[in-house]
Amino acid sequence: MKNEAVKIIKAKKKFILEQWFQNQVENDGLREDLITNEDQRIQSEELLNSFAASLSESNFDNAQSRDFEKVEEILSGIAIARARRGFSPRETGAYVFSLKSAILKTLSEEISDAKVLYTESMRINSLLDNFSIVTFETFIKGREDVILRQTDEITEISTPVIKVWDGILALPIIGTLDSSRTQIVMENLLQEIVETGSSIAILDISGVPAIDTLVAQHLIKTVSATRLMGAECIISGIRPEIAQTVVHLGIDLSEIITKASLASALKTAFGMLELEVRKKAVPKTI
Amino acid sequence: MIVTLSKDSIRIAREQDTIFLRNRVKEWATKIGMGLVNQTKLITAASELVRNMLKYAGGGTVDIEIVSKGRENGVKLVFRDKGPGIKDINLAMRDGYTTGKSLGLGLPGTRRLVSEFDIQSVVDEGTTISIIKWKNG
Amino acid sequence: MDRIPILKMGDFLLVTIQVDLYDQLAETLESDLAQMVKKYSSKGVLIDISAVSIIDSFMGRILGNISNMSKIMDAETVVVGMQPAVAITLVELGLPLKGIHCALNVERGMELLRSKVILDTPEDDEDDSNPE
Repeated sequence: MKNEAVKIIKAKKKFILEQWFQNQVENDGLREDLITNEDQRIQSEELLNSFAASLSESNFDNAQSRDFEKVEEILSGIAIARARRGFSPRETGAYVFSLKSAILKTLSEEISDAKVLYTESMRINSLLDNFSIVTFETFIKGREDVILRQTDEITEISTPVIKVWDGILALPIIGTLDSSRTQIVMENLLQEIVETGSSIAILDISGVPAIDTLVAQHLIKTVSATRLMGAECIISGIRPEIAQTVVHLGIDLSEIITKASLASALKTAFGMLELEVRKKAVPKTI
Repeated sequence: MIVTLSKDSIRIAREQDTIFLRNRVKEWATKIGMGLVNQTKLITAASELVRNMLKYAGGGTVDIEIVSKGRENGVKLVFRDKGPGIKDINLAMRDGYTTGKSLGLGLPGTRRLVSEFDIQSVVDEGTTISIIKWKNG
Repeated sequence: MDRIPILKMGDFLLVTIQVDLYDQLAETLESDLAQMVKKYSSKGVLIDISAVSIIDSFMGRILGNISNMSKIMDAETVVVGMQPAVAITLVELGLPLKGIHCALNVERGMELLRSKVILDTPEDDEDDSNPE
């Protein structure tokens, strides 16, 4: 009498599958635009078979049991495939929940004793809830992978190094500077210095929303690293409010050449390279 | 949770062993696809710690491990010596503090170079320092 | 005993470090350089570290020592060709090598040295020809 449910699930596998499928139809769980009914049926059958096979009296109350690894693997596979195919989280969740209601329905038909039915239902409930959690975890993980890839792409495209003149590089920084970003900025800048043989780098921070001690530290680090390469670094684009915070926070930027605008930084750079840019002389006509 | 994937151990007794260690660390870091900058940071950190080991304890052993945590892989180095130990770890971790004639950047600088840093020391028994550098850390 | 060779080029000394340094080797280089600066009364020292993949605090200190001791013997030191990864690591380590002149490559380093050193014998190269 103890493990009525295990026995029933194993014996009534076919019936449960039919029920489950019917539930899915009722829940609009079948998306023929995304997956064919036949594939869906094969998938579901595989899952149910492996579930019934790994289910035993000893692990019925223990969803963490290693016996269920195979089931969880199949579930994860289904969840990831669904995340990629464009199923909504609701549809993916409903997929597992509809299995639960199928099993519960079967149990209620097979077990007549209300008390036994209740305890068995509760047990199957917690077991299957755990499976839904697994499904969601993998679903979210699949989405997270997408986000991570995009973050990488953003950092990659948001730190361009521009050669503005022979020997002068400019690097507009847009967005906040954190330590991982600084690392990328430094790497790109130093690499470009080596490749172009530039001797002056202009770091334009007009696109940096705010400066605190940490950001300032990162800037100072970048400047120090540039100097170690044998190039000079000018920081430009210091807006009035940034100048104010820098002074209020007591950040010492005295060892760094700072300029208000990219234009004046460029002018300084010309001076350092002993270049002269001037208006073309117009021949006098009198 | 951090899982160890493979492991190796190197004995350090002479200064020349430092170079051997550097090369092994580089090899392992390359194996997991670590970028050049992070590799350099890790090897520099290893170099600092091995110097301390030779200077204060006359040598010891270094374990190299490839570890993984979730989706991140990394290289873990454990430096074990049977030297005099460090009396005041907090003081030793401070920038510019030194008992020798160095710049006092060894320990605090090393901590800045790696992702994770752990130091255990018992006076007159020895010091164990373990560092981890994650591939993208 | 291994040694890093030091080349004499006119008023300058040229050191190219091609191997990974261990401490003893670096210390030997430091004292060798001091001797050479004295011997040839050199005006400048150029150290090419483009092949060096690791500079830790000890090596950094040696570079600082070389620069300082050359200075008191009236010679300028320029370190050239540092790898980007090495530069980033040094900065992170907290060792920005203040007071050491750096240049991108040997050519630039030579230019920098010449601009810093007033040579006794006026050189005959008239800079009319454009170096580009």
